[in-house]
Amino acid sequence: MKLTEIIDRLSLDVFTPVPDPEADVGGGYVGDLLSNVLASAMPGSLWITIQHHANVVAVAQVTGLSAVLIVDGKRPDDAMREQARTSGVVLLGSTESAFEVAGRLYGLLVTER
Amino acid sequence: MRFHVRAGDIEHGGSASAKIKNELTTIGVDEMTARRAGIVAFEGEMNLIVYSADGGTLSVEVEPGAILIEVRDTGPGIEDIDLAMTPGYSTAPEWATDLGFGAGMGLVNMQANSDGFEIESRLGEGTTIRCRVDRPAPAGVDRQGGP
Repeated sequence: MKLTEIIDRLSLDVFTPVPDPEADVGGGYVGDLLSNVLASAMPGSLWITIQHHANVVAVAQVTGLSAVLIVDGKRPDDAMREQARTSGVVLLGSTESAFEVAGRLYGLLVTER
Repeated sequence: MRFHVRAGDIEHGGSASAKIKNELTTIGVDEMTARRAGIVAFEGEMNLIVYSADGGTLSVEVEPGAILIEVRDTGPGIEDIDLAMTPGYSTAPEWATDLGFGAGMGLVNMQANSDGFEIESRLGEGTTIRCRVDRPAPAGVDRQGGP
């Protein structure tokens, strides 16, 4: 499913520009331990986390993730936004919990297919 | 490519690795190899930031068949390498675990994403980690064969 459609269907906040509106999201990964994300998240996945600092952007870039979705209403600081913008990483937000957002994303990507 | 990484510089943590992955992709290294090299570099870079006494260097060499990554510091050294390589074992300080570091998977991830992995460490002298990430042979080329 296209990232822009997921943003729309889950009513997500968009903190940075979306460089490729046609980008496809193949799956999701939920986690707050960065090494676990590096080890296990598949390229092209949407990463759901409560972490909201600049190191997260580097993890997303290195791992080749489609976007980072920050949950629980937490918001990226200026440094994180700037790094995301310059590296083309998309930062999204939701006031819902990781549990709720992951459930809805699973519904979109797996159950509805 | 060679980067000096400062101890405690969490603000820039991962920026060298992101540049490395970008550069590898730009010069034509395939995405999966660049990703593996990027993960190795990221874990090495974060180890320098979180654990080294005085920072260290992160060096990358691109060869036709492999990416070579070396992470070197001057201390404090690892007392028990087998223990440090145990998945889940970590000595990360609380400020690092609050940020999602210190899962005890750093060295494990470096090894898992490498085709060659060496670690040397002496207490009081420092640690050097050398990783080799093999590149797949281009279609139609057999590296083992030929004259």
